[in-house]
Amino acid sequence: MTKHLMGSFIQYAGLLVVLGVLIAVFGLSSKNFFQTATLVSIANQIPDLTFIAVGMTLVLVVAGIDLSVGSVLALSSAVLGVLMVDHDWPLWAAIVPCLLTGTLCGLFNGMVAIRFGIPSFIVTLGMLEIARGTTKVVTESKTKYIGSAVEGLGEPLPGILLSPAFLLALMCVVAGQFLLTRTVFGRYCIAIGTNEEAVRMSGIRTAPYSIAVFTISGLMCGLAGLAHTSRLSSSDPNAATGIELSAIAACVIGGTSLMGGRGSVFSSFVGVLIISVLQTGLAQLGISDANKQIITGAVIVVAVLLDKLRNNASE
Amino acid sequence: MTSSGPPVIETRGLTKCYGEVSVLQDCSISFEAGSIHALLGANGAGKSTLVRMLAGLVTPSNGEMRFAERAYAPANKRAAERAGVEIIQQELNLIPTLSVAENLLLTRLPANLGVIDWHELYERAGKALARVGLTELSPSKRLGELGVGTQQMVEIAAALDRDCRVLILDEPTAALSPSESETLFGWLERLRKQGVAILYISHRLDEVKRLADRVSVLRDGRLVGTYDASGFTTERMVELMSGGVDSSQAQEPDVRPLDEALFQVFSIVGGPVHDVSFEVHRGECLGIAGLVGSGRTELLRLIFGADRASSGEVAIGEKRCRFQHPREAVQAGLAMVTEDRKVNGLLLSKSIRVNTTLASMWRRFSQWGITRASNEKAETQAQCHSMEVRCNDDEQIVATLSGGNQQKVAIAKWLVRDAELFLFDEPTRGIDIAARRRIYGLLRTLAEQGKGMVVVSSDTDELMEICDRIAVMSNGRLVETFARGEWSAERITQACFSGYLDQEDVA
Repeated sequence: MTKHLMGSFIQYAGLLVVLGVLIAVFGLSSKNFFQTATLVSIANQIPDLTFIAVGMTLVLVVAGIDLSVGSVLALSSAVLGVLMVDHDWPLWAAIVPCLLTGTLCGLFNGMVAIRFGIPSFIVTLGMLEIARGTTKVVTESKTKYIGSAVEGLGEPLPGILLSPAFLLALMCVVAGQFLLTRTVFGRYCIAIGTNEEAVRMSGIRTAPYSIAVFTISGLMCGLAGLAHTSRLSSSDPNAATGIELSAIAACVIGGTSLMGGRGSVFSSFVGVLIISVLQTGLAQLGISDANKQIITGAVIVVAVLLDKLRNNASE
Repeated sequence: MTSSGPPVIETRGLTKCYGEVSVLQDCSISFEAGSIHALLGANGAGKSTLVRMLAGLVTPSNGEMRFAERAYAPANKRAAERAGVEIIQQELNLIPTLSVAENLLLTRLPANLGVIDWHELYERAGKALARVGLTELSPSKRLGELGVGTQQMVEIAAALDRDCRVLILDEPTAALSPSESETLFGWLERLRKQGVAILYISHRLDEVKRLADRVSVLRDGRLVGTYDASGFTTERMVELMSGGVDSSQAQEPDVRPLDEALFQVFSIVGGPVHDVSFEVHRGECLGIAGLVGSGRTELLRLIFGADRASSGEVAIGEKRCRFQHPREAVQAGLAMVTEDRKVNGLLLSKSIRVNTTLASMWRRFSQWGITRASNEKAETQAQCHSMEVRCNDDEQIVATLSGGNQQKVAIAKWLVRDAELFLFDEPTRGIDIAARRRIYGLLRTLAEQGKGMVVVSSDTDELMEICDRIAVMSNGRLVETFARGEWSAERITQACFSGYLDQEDVA
């Protein structure tokens, strides 16, 4: 038991050290980094990726993958934008179809992948195209400017400097971690990702769990769509292109296995922080986009390499 | 040319051990050119190990092999092939997506600067096919489109094209139709005339009787003897394989009166299983004997709903049904300890606790869907204690346990879930004697509690020790059921082979 606790402590400690080093390096090399404005800016950029990473962690744990997250985010956002701009819906009413859109896309992914035994890589790749195309159809490829009606969610609350969207994302991280580590649902997800046939032979139907996980990922895309829209005050049909790769990177940095059976929502969240700090810090140092990409890529590979070395050492 | 020449290949004191378990001991056999030499033995007698060593697939622990009167120690299959020893196993070693010609010459594709010379390839492939009489088969055909029998002939053609001097066939006819087998036999006769030494392993004793020049019988990893095939009856073969005389194994004559029927199977059919019916009573342990491939594992999987039965029903208590998913079977009160715990019995990378509670999370270790870790822990520790699992604590990863302790965890999962009928598939395979004893003790406890048990095992002695009745599967059918006191090793072995004797009638 002590070994187990130590193991999970080392797991978090390693990641937090990386995060701390990054913050220290940026703090020392740029005067502006420790200014409140910078930290607030980082914090309020984070929610989109955090929501997505929570869902992605669960999907990876059952040995699936969800490539459609960016497009589903954009579609949810488009639904919100079209309803509020073209049909004058109030925010509270438009949120429901926005979240429902994401959830249904996720449910579709799960149903097709599990019921027909098609690899989720392929099903969600299809959904990536379908959802993006649908987004362009419903918005007629135009950005829908919503304005102040939606901005409240993304703006820092007075006193705590964090936006409602950020707080909601944090709640999802806590809820996701609880689901994964403290519920039967999470236990069976981990078991399915480890050895699905052994779970089936233990008299457990695996399909409902896997489908639910993809549905949760869809719901998270809906929430991310909401956060994204509020931050930009508009819904952009080209929003969040490529966010699936950042989300997978965050999960992998956090030690989630692409082979399934192993993952932690907390660690993925730290992965999100590392990526976000890196992006903002590098931008502040005036490093070009090209070099930013190179450094981000290197950090991802090194992080996973360290994780692998640590696992080998512990075995 | 049927007269046997000098030995092409021979073994002296050949031994193979895995850890403390020896699967072949001190085996000295010689095989002559131009003869068909059959290897006979029940499950685990060591025949496959012997030929796999000759073919370079397994390295001997001790002893030596000689090929054409020179020391022979192939490092791998390629080395053995270069020396002229080819093995055809049940699982074919071919690539279904490539053409017949590419498969035939896979390691020696004719090429100029890396570009395949298709003309040359097809021409050489055509010649190789002609050697085994497959003149109508187009070398450009995709291998996957052919029947299993033809595929097997392609593999044999490939072996012959590599100028083999020793051809090993491990259960070649298991997947063949009677007419395909006939074609194969024709070619074996021809190869014998060409001076190839053929080693032939088969369960089908009538084939052996028909084809073989010489017969070697193995039992429990030892060579019983090598005999001339002429005048060697199938009855005598069975006698030698089962150990003949020591048949009075009924050391425990406690024939218990049978309780009410707990579980019944009515004419279940599916996969290789044909029309099997039996019943298990409360407190009874029913053994299922049979050769590997006789349908024992498949039978358990059909009963448990892991595979779909095409017809037939089971009944636990009064209700008749057919399980579509293991979940239905588990809910009805069945449990199954699978044959390969690593493949589908355990979550190897997870802890003992997670594995032990896996099947009972909703039932016993959660409230409103939230896990109750302290209950899990207490129950797991209790199980580890009573099953004598040797481990550091309940959080130890199952992969780091020994085979015997892994098996105890796989069983503990079902003890925690609780069931009325326990299906055990090879419950003691690959585990040490102490763990084996513990599992036998557990079976007795379950019997005292009035549970029913079905135990599949390749170890006949084990079945005779622990079972109240033994049913024998042969060629997909349940051919005979013995009660305690009626059985002997010889009668069981005889029954095991009976389904393969007149295959024409069965097919």
